[in-house]
Amino acid sequence: MPFGIKKPLHIPEGRMRSLPSRLFLNSCVSTEMTDNALTKKNPDFRMQETIWSCQSAADSDYFRQLSDRVNINSSITDNRHQHDTMKIFSFIFQRIKTAVTDLLPIILVVAFFQLVVIRQPLPDLGEVIFGALLVVAGLVLFVQGLEMGLFPIGEAMAYALARKGSLFWLLVFAFALGFSTTIAEPALIAVAAEAADIAGKGGLIDPDQKSLNTYALGLRISVAVSVGLAILVGVIRILKGWPIHFLIIGGYLVVMLMTIIAPEEIIGIAYDAGGVTTSTITVPLVAALGVGLASTIKGRSPLIDGFGLIAFASLLPMIFVMGYGLLIFN
Amino acid sequence: MEFLMDFIKILVATGRDVLPIILLIGGFQLVVLRQPIPHLGRVLVGSVYVVIGLALFLAGLEKALFPLGKIMAAQLSDPVFVYGTPEPPALADWTAYGWMYLFAALIGFATTIAEPSLIAVAYKASEVSMGTISQWGLRITVAIGVAAGISLGTFRIVTGTPLFLYILAGYIMVILLTLVSPKNIIALAYDSGGVTTSTVTVPLVAALGLGLASSVPGRNPALDGFGLIAFASLFPIISVLGYARLVVWMTHRKTRTAEKTYAV
Repeated sequence: MPFGIKKPLHIPEGRMRSLPSRLFLNSCVSTEMTDNALTKKNPDFRMQETIWSCQSAADSDYFRQLSDRVNINSSITDNRHQHDTMKIFSFIFQRIKTAVTDLLPIILVVAFFQLVVIRQPLPDLGEVIFGALLVVAGLVLFVQGLEMGLFPIGEAMAYALARKGSLFWLLVFAFALGFSTTIAEPALIAVAAEAADIAGKGGLIDPDQKSLNTYALGLRISVAVSVGLAILVGVIRILKGWPIHFLIIGGYLVVMLMTIIAPEEIIGIAYDAGGVTTSTITVPLVAALGVGLASTIKGRSPLIDGFGLIAFASLLPMIFVMGYGLLIFN
Repeated sequence: MEFLMDFIKILVATGRDVLPIILLIGGFQLVVLRQPIPHLGRVLVGSVYVVIGLALFLAGLEKALFPLGKIMAAQLSDPVFVYGTPEPPALADWTAYGWMYLFAALIGFATTIAEPSLIAVAYKASEVSMGTISQWGLRITVAIGVAAGISLGTFRIVTGTPLFLYILAGYIMVILLTLVSPKNIIALAYDSGGVTTSTVTVPLVAALGLGLASSVPGRNPALDGFGLIAFASLFPIISVLGYARLVVWMTHRKTRTAEKTYAV
């Protein structure tokens, strides 16, 4: 297995499948720290949550091991209440350290080019340092919020919809999630306006403001519909267990064919549209939805089947934007 | 005071991003599922953290890094810096832009490491794989892919070669690597293409592309300025698949060597 071999190759596939992704091995720690009130009131909180999420896959001795571990964790929490303040401080310090590490490469690159290559002093050092501090604080809060808010809600929705057992509502949710988060995306609005401008200057559409706006709106709607459809197709793929590479490679072939026939002015924008659609708030939600679904449905692996939704969401817009270009310009 | 106004503006914009999600989830809970959300208070607090965190993050970037990055991109592609004269030659000489390629690669790498979407996906991947996929391993591999992609993308803008040729070559590589890669990494690799290009990378990279296309002689910003983002979302797929393949190959070789030693 790739990426830093901590537990190479020896986890049997069956075990991976029965692993409930709700049980955050990493964030068990953070839950203790940040949510003392909740744990105090109900030390078995984690435990209950685990059992709830394991119901669909409660088949193995592995599950028992996991719940043992959780028990140990909650008893540790009980014994250590007096050290809470210390723990919170060291926890926050840890988080800040991670965020600084995340930002360090940017600082190094900018400093290197300013000092060695361009050789001009930084315009306003105070501003830059203040901005960097804000970025660090923002990253700390964002990661904390991911663990507490976005990941749990995405998975909770996946579980609730899967347990309800209505394919129709699951697909409606998938489409609506993709469509609604994309239609208002600021990056997309900017790109669409830019694209309309270029098309107007190129004489492809009427250069007056009204037709420019219609063109930009049409572009946004086709991207939003394509992202909605992408999440929908991705969810169907998880349910059916189709291998992802057939779909993606098929999509690539369509992109290449469309590139040949699509007008030249739309191609660059179409390729970029694939990248700008998935915003920072959508990505964690969609990832949690996929992984949640894949770990609820029997026979699906969260790793093999749970990922891939974002890949669809960046592929389908390219096809739709080129299709829109063909439709409008011909 | 001015900063506070900026921050509130960004906060409102981020809030507007979240609004459709809140409406959607709330609507589904009320109309379709009709069940309370587990640990609602916690989830709400977490969501507020995400919005405030993202707003702070963006405000900080706009204060410190974006202006700097844009100035640097402009300076590095300035004819005075590249050719030593204010008048650029009629035909761009691609060998003169060495610093530009290096800057593109390094800034691509650095912004990808700080990209919040990638942090989220790496977190999830590490959790789902029980730590087999390390967060930093994935993030660095993806960042190397973005670095290679953006560097090649600036080379394309300087030389003015058609975009689809590069994308076609990239797709063929992705298809070939997919055939030989371990099955459980494929979906994650495809996903890492989409997540690299968001909050941090897109504004800097777009500025880089447009700046370069308008300063390199013979390039049209409307046609050549786009496409860098496409590079940045294609090459991480190749680097992740390639790295996975490499690790499998090395593990395989190690096992074979070990077996040989036993046999002797």
